[in-house]
Amino acid sequence: MPTVTMTVNGQQVSRDVEPRTLLVQFLREELGLTGTHVGCDTSQCGACVVHVDGTSVKACTALAMQADGSEVTTIEGLANNGELHPMQAAFKEHHGLQCGFCTPGMVMSAVDLLKRNPDPDEDTIRHWLEGNICRCTGYHNIVKAIQHAAKEMRG
Amino acid sequence: MPDSGVSRVLRKEDQRFLTGRGHYTDDLNRPGQLHAVFVRSEMAHATVKSVSTDAAKQAPGVVAVFTGQDMADDGVGSLPCGWVVTDKHGEAHKAPPHFPLVRDKVRYVGDHVAVVIAETRAQAADAAELVEVDYEGLDANADPAKALEGAPQIHDEAPGNLCFDWELGDKAAVDEAFSKAHHVSRLELRNNRLIPNALEPRAAIGEYDPGTDEYTLYSTSQNPHLLRLILCAFVLNLPEHKVRIVAPDVGGGFGSKIYCYAEETVCTWASKKLNGKPVKWTAERSESFSSDAHGRDHVTHAELALDENGKFLALKVDTIANLGAYLSSFATAVPTYLYGTLLAGQYKTPAVHCNVRAVFTNTAPVDAYRGAGRPEATYVVERMVERAARDMNMDPAEIRRRNFVQPDEFPYQTPVALTYDSGQYEKALDEALAMIDYKNFGQRRQESERNGKLRGIGLSAYIEACGIAPSQVVGALGAGVGLWESAQVRFNATGSISVFTGSHSHGQGHETTFAQLVADRFGVPVENVDVVHGDTGRIPMGMGTYGSRSLAVGGSAIVRACDKVIEKGKKIAAHLLEASVDDIEFDSGNFRVAGTDKQKSIGEIAFTAYVPHNYPEGVEPGLDETAFYDPANFTYPAGVHIAEVEIDPETGTTRIADWVAVDDFGKVINPMIVEGQVHGGIAQGIGQALLEEGVYDEAGQLVTGSYQDYCMPRADDLPSYRVGMIETPCPHNPVGAKGCGEAGAIAAPPALMNAITDALGTEEISMPATREKVWRIARGRLAQAAE
Repeated sequence: MPTVTMTVNGQQVSRDVEPRTLLVQFLREELGLTGTHVGCDTSQCGACVVHVDGTSVKACTALAMQADGSEVTTIEGLANNGELHPMQAAFKEHHGLQCGFCTPGMVMSAVDLLKRNPDPDEDTIRHWLEGNICRCTGYHNIVKAIQHAAKEMRG
Repeated sequence: MPDSGVSRVLRKEDQRFLTGRGHYTDDLNRPGQLHAVFVRSEMAHATVKSVSTDAAKQAPGVVAVFTGQDMADDGVGSLPCGWVVTDKHGEAHKAPPHFPLVRDKVRYVGDHVAVVIAETRAQAADAAELVEVDYEGLDANADPAKALEGAPQIHDEAPGNLCFDWELGDKAAVDEAFSKAHHVSRLELRNNRLIPNALEPRAAIGEYDPGTDEYTLYSTSQNPHLLRLILCAFVLNLPEHKVRIVAPDVGGGFGSKIYCYAEETVCTWASKKLNGKPVKWTAERSESFSSDAHGRDHVTHAELALDENGKFLALKVDTIANLGAYLSSFATAVPTYLYGTLLAGQYKTPAVHCNVRAVFTNTAPVDAYRGAGRPEATYVVERMVERAARDMNMDPAEIRRRNFVQPDEFPYQTPVALTYDSGQYEKALDEALAMIDYKNFGQRRQESERNGKLRGIGLSAYIEACGIAPSQVVGALGAGVGLWESAQVRFNATGSISVFTGSHSHGQGHETTFAQLVADRFGVPVENVDVVHGDTGRIPMGMGTYGSRSLAVGGSAIVRACDKVIEKGKKIAAHLLEASVDDIEFDSGNFRVAGTDKQKSIGEIAFTAYVPHNYPEGVEPGLDETAFYDPANFTYPAGVHIAEVEIDPETGTTRIADWVAVDDFGKVINPMIVEGQVHGGIAQGIGQALLEEGVYDEAGQLVTGSYQDYCMPRADDLPSYRVGMIETPCPHNPVGAKGCGEAGAIAAPPALMNAITDALGTEEISMPATREKVWRIARGRLAQAAE
């Protein structure tokens, strides 16, 4: 079995894995980072979004081997010493989550959006979230949370 | 209830969900666990001649392969339907067996043929491919409208595929009213099949302990106690005290996680067969599509009789309801007692008659999905009312106003069994009309027309029966269970409070709302209260969460338990304060001798209860009370939603230009959470009206079996919503709450379809009103206009 090595949430990890192991399986099953969820089998729900080298990636659609040598950030690595990232804080403040299952992917995806566009309008946010499905919130409060996080992060 | 408890408290559960520290069932792993993969039928209808498991058993990592015969040999029973509907001839519904693994036939695509259990999930999946099933194909039928017309016979026990033929209401009175009507409006309606799609797929880990003969099942359940009851009493024949069911964090349910399913049954049973090795199964999304219970799927003909002033005289409804291939746990109640009983709507229609024929088809079982029967009823009533207004050239708001039950007419006995307890229907309508600026809609329509667009507006005045339900009433109607709720409120010695509820939270925020309820009752900070749910090993027997019942029934049980704590606390306080119990008042966290400043805080009383050195005689130590609450009536949330749409005839795109909701949920504890429930419900309702449909082809193959084919609402399909509320407290429960979880899903489809049909100028469009359907009609309209 090949060995993959990557930095996950700031810590270097190395494991021997079957070549077919998906990145999401690697994170959940090898590293026990179960915050990254699997909600579908066709790469559409976005519950598994993580950052690979700073860019949002659906971890169900990448092999662990493809992330070899990369920096990976999961939802567990987003808060800083116990202090919520402004996006996490905004989701809480604006009730942008209910059952919480889509939330890690939503948050990770939204963080990437603001990196690319620090001041997105509502249409831009809604379009960006096309690859993240939420069944609980109707998206209303998710959009609101992202708008507020953007404002907060712009200072 | 004092108002101090009402506030926008941020959710206690969010910290773990936002940091990836939630514990959903698939996040759990048990030492030595094995993995189950099901062999599912690819045929919609076939006789199973043989199942050959030899090759699979030899595959790497495989520990066992089981078939229906193995379960039959072990005496495993059938998955029951817990509500007996008596048909109009006095006979019980037809209840064909539903075995967790099939024994003779498969009856829908996704039916469970065998289970492969291996050391890894990949090994189990690989080996499942090696199970050879010899099918003899049979003709199949997925269409409820055809089920009664010579379709293939699905169960020997249900001749002609009829499960029951049920009626409600006074047919003679309805016929009489129709004979005298000034006008009759008619509609043919199809309530499209929906696939619930909670974002967390179902999952289960069954674990048997040979040392104690105890079972633990971790499961994605909305009602772990109910699941335990069904599993133990009907399916696996186990003593309840030997079975613990844990439903940890659950990622959405919407009804689909109420039921006792084959997979969790098999995992529990198989763990014992494998001498206590835990057996884990997690659905892939494709399995959720094929084997979660689906929702809706009605075909209805409705007629409304009116007098010359637009007053409703009678409503007549004839429905065929698709139950799928087998009866799911509560399937029979949905198109009957949760449907026919709501056909009076918010109106004083004096006579209503409803006939429902429920049929078997070669499709996934159909059961309660967010709203459960009430969306189907509201869709009939509110489409019908709008149709009548158009037929009679009346304003759709005005025709509703003329027929509303008035605030001074409660309690109001409808002609379809229910007694409405309270409501202000016209007030909700007025507020919604004002919010959307109804009177200037004409100008907005002209503006749209100038831009080549079609604009429409649609109303929906819905009512639901929630707070399910008085046990004696539902018992008389055929329910196999009581529908009370339990609560245990435990003061710990140092003053913090643990609340154990039989309700279950899978997104609704009970950990916050219930904590607010208790904190308010005791006058303590909300941080001092933790809510425990979802574990039969920790919580008194409870009935779980569905039918918007948690606050109205579960919350009422909590209030009752709090009251018991206060009553006991008064005895302890009276002793410490050397006063009579009758003179002790409790207010804002303190027990006080009336008219004095002598007082003890509830924290001091709790400490004394556990360290009873100076204690009243005859009073037990401890401060830990349990209450069971059985509601006196259903609750009746109601409201008005208005949708305004703009259709682009060039593309068929329906843009939701505005959405207003004015709901009356009675007492609201946390407005932020309630608004969130409304948003989510509306989104699912819009999904039904615009995008979603579970489609089977003529061979019974599920065409919409993934997110590539089944159109889930995305963020860019949906608008923002404007939500208002009025508050008419429920008069018969101690919280005053009516329930808010299903309202949006009930109200939204008719509001949106009324708006779309208004814009298009025709009723001839069915849900979902896809771009293609809308485009074809709009294009025809443009062509007509050009001629």
